[in-house]
Amino acid sequence: MENVKNLDEPSISKIKIKHAPRNTKHGMNNIKTYGERVILLLIAVVQVYPLIWLIMFSLKSNQEIFGKDPLALPQNLLWGNYARALFDGNIGRYFINSIIVTVASVIITSLLAAMASYAIARMKWKLSGTMLIVFLLGLMIPMHSTLLPLFIFLKKTQFYNTYAALILPYIGFSLPMAIFVLVGFFGTLPRELEESACLDGANIYQIFARIMLPLIKPAIATISIFTYLSCWNELMFATTFVSKQEYKTLTVGIMGMVGQYATRWGELGAGLVIATLPTVLIYISMSKQVQKSFTTGALKG
Amino acid sequence: MDKVFSDKKAIFLFVFPAFLVFFMIIIVPIFFSAYYSTLDWNGIGEPTFIGIKNYIDLFVNNTDGFTMAIKNSFLVAFFSVFVQVPLALILAIVISKGIKGEGFFRTVYFIPVIISTTVIGQLWMKVYQPKYGMLNKLLDILNLDFLQRNWLATPETALGSAFFVIIWQYIGYHMLLLYSGIKAIPTTIYEAAEVDGASNFQKAMRITIPLIAPMIKVCVTFALIGSLKTFDLIYVLTKGGPIHSTEVPTTLMFSSIFLQNKYGYGSSMAIFIIVECLIFTVFIQKFFKAENITY
Repeated sequence: MENVKNLDEPSISKIKIKHAPRNTKHGMNNIKTYGERVILLLIAVVQVYPLIWLIMFSLKSNQEIFGKDPLALPQNLLWGNYARALFDGNIGRYFINSIIVTVASVIITSLLAAMASYAIARMKWKLSGTMLIVFLLGLMIPMHSTLLPLFIFLKKTQFYNTYAALILPYIGFSLPMAIFVLVGFFGTLPRELEESACLDGANIYQIFARIMLPLIKPAIATISIFTYLSCWNELMFATTFVSKQEYKTLTVGIMGMVGQYATRWGELGAGLVIATLPTVLIYISMSKQVQKSFTTGALKG
Repeated sequence: MDKVFSDKKAIFLFVFPAFLVFFMIIIVPIFFSAYYSTLDWNGIGEPTFIGIKNYIDLFVNNTDGFTMAIKNSFLVAFFSVFVQVPLALILAIVISKGIKGEGFFRTVYFIPVIISTTVIGQLWMKVYQPKYGMLNKLLDILNLDFLQRNWLATPETALGSAFFVIIWQYIGYHMLLLYSGIKAIPTTIYEAAEVDGASNFQKAMRITIPLIAPMIKVCVTFALIGSLKTFDLIYVLTKGGPIHSTEVPTTLMFSSIFLQNKYGYGSSMAIFIIVECLIFTVFIQKFFKAENITY
C-alpha cells in the first residue's frame, strides 16, 4: 500500500527531486517492487511449469519426448494419446470408479455429519460434549494405523474388492473434520427459527430437514470440497482394499499404468491429466470456495 | 419445546449412524492394531502371543533400518517446519500487502496442493528422469551439466529430491493459511504503524507475525504431523529405495505387512506412528502457548 501511495501522490517532494539523482527513496522503492515482482513470478513459474510440461508431453509422440528438445512445444497435438489412455489404458473405467466412490463418500459423509452435528450442537442431552470430543479425537488418528485391521475386517466381511471397501473407510475418516466444521457452523445460527417452527407444531425431523439443512448449505459446500479432495486423491487404502481391475480407482490405476506404459510417456501423461482434470475444473470454477474450505478446516482444527 | 429438543429417540437416530461408521472404521481398528502388535503372525497361520518382542525388534534388535526411517521422517519434519513454513510466511506477507495480482499469485501457488500426490509423484519421476527429464535438460540449457545426475537412483540425492517435491507441493497450503490469518488483521493497526513511520520490515516483525502466531502454530502442527505421516509421495517416487535411503516409518510398515507378511511386526510400527503423532501434537500445544487474539 505504501508504494502505491508514493507513486500516486503528486507530492511536493516529487517536484523537488525532479532533477536530483535517481537514487532517491522513490527510485529504490521502484526497484524493490520490481525485484519483488520478479521473485514472485519466478516462484509462480516453479509451481506451475512442471504441470505445463506434463500437459505438453501428454500431447507428444515418443519421438518428440525422447528427441533433441524435450522442453519444446508439441509439434502436432496428439489427442490419440488421450484416447489410448482412456480405452487401452483403462483410465476411463478407473475414472468412473473414482467418481462413484467419491460421490457416494461425499454425499453420505455430508448427511451423516449434518445429522450428528445437529444433535450435538442443538439438542439437549448429557453426553453431547463427550460425543464431540470423541469425534474430534479422530482428527489425530493417522489412517496408516488402521490399515491392517481394516484390511482383515474387509476381507472377512466380503466387502473386500467392492466399492464399499473404499466408501466406508473414506466416510469414517472424513466424518471428524466434517463434524468439526458443522458443529462450529450450527453454533453461529440463531435459535429463533427452530423455536418458532417448534411452536408451529413441527417435529424435530421436520425442523432438521426443512429448516436447518437449507441453512447449512455453505458449510456443506466446505466439507464437500474437503471430502472430495481427500477421497479422489487417496492412494494407500485404494491400493490395499481393492485388487480387482473393475473396482480400481484412478490413483491405483495410474500406478498400474506406469509399468505398462514405462516407455510411452505420452499415454501416461494423458492419464495423469485426465485424473487431475475434474479437480482442476472445480478449482478454476470456484477457487475462492476451495481456498475457503481449506482455511475453515484449519481454523477449526 | 424442551421435549422436542431432548427427544432421546431422535438424538439416537441422528448420532448413531455417524458414530457407528466412525467407531468401526477408526476406534475398533486401533485396538486391533495394538493387539496384533503383540503377535507373531504371518496372516495365514496361527498367531502366537509374544508380548513386546516386536517393539524390542523395532528399537533394540532392529535389522530393517527402522531408526533410519524415523530419522528420515524427522528430516522431512525439520525441513517442513524450518524451510517450508518460513518461506510460506514470507510469501504470505509479501502478497497480502495489496500488490497487483494478489489473487493470481495466491491461486497459482495453491494449485499443487489440490492435485493428487500420486499424480504429483508420477510427474516428478519424469522431471527427475536422468535422460529425458525436465531437470537435467534445464541444467543442460543453463550450462550446468556437471550437476546432472540420476536424482532418484542415487542414495545421496534421492532423499533431497523427494523432500523438494514435498515442500513444492504443500508450500501453497501454508501460504494460504498464513495469508488468511494476515487478512484478518484490521488495517487500522497498520495505518497507525505507518503514521508512526514503521517500515515494511518492522510492520512484518512487530505486527503481522505476533498477531498471526495462532495460525503459525496451526501450520507448524500440520507440517510436523503431516511429515510424520508421509507415505504417498515416497511410495510413488522411490518405494523407499534406493537401498532403503528414503524409507519412512509408513513405507516400512506397508512393506513389512504386505510384502513380508509380518503382520505383528508391522502393527507395532502402526502403533508407534499413532503414539508419535500424539506426542508431537501435545508437545506443540505446550511449546507454542499462543493465546487466541481478539482485535
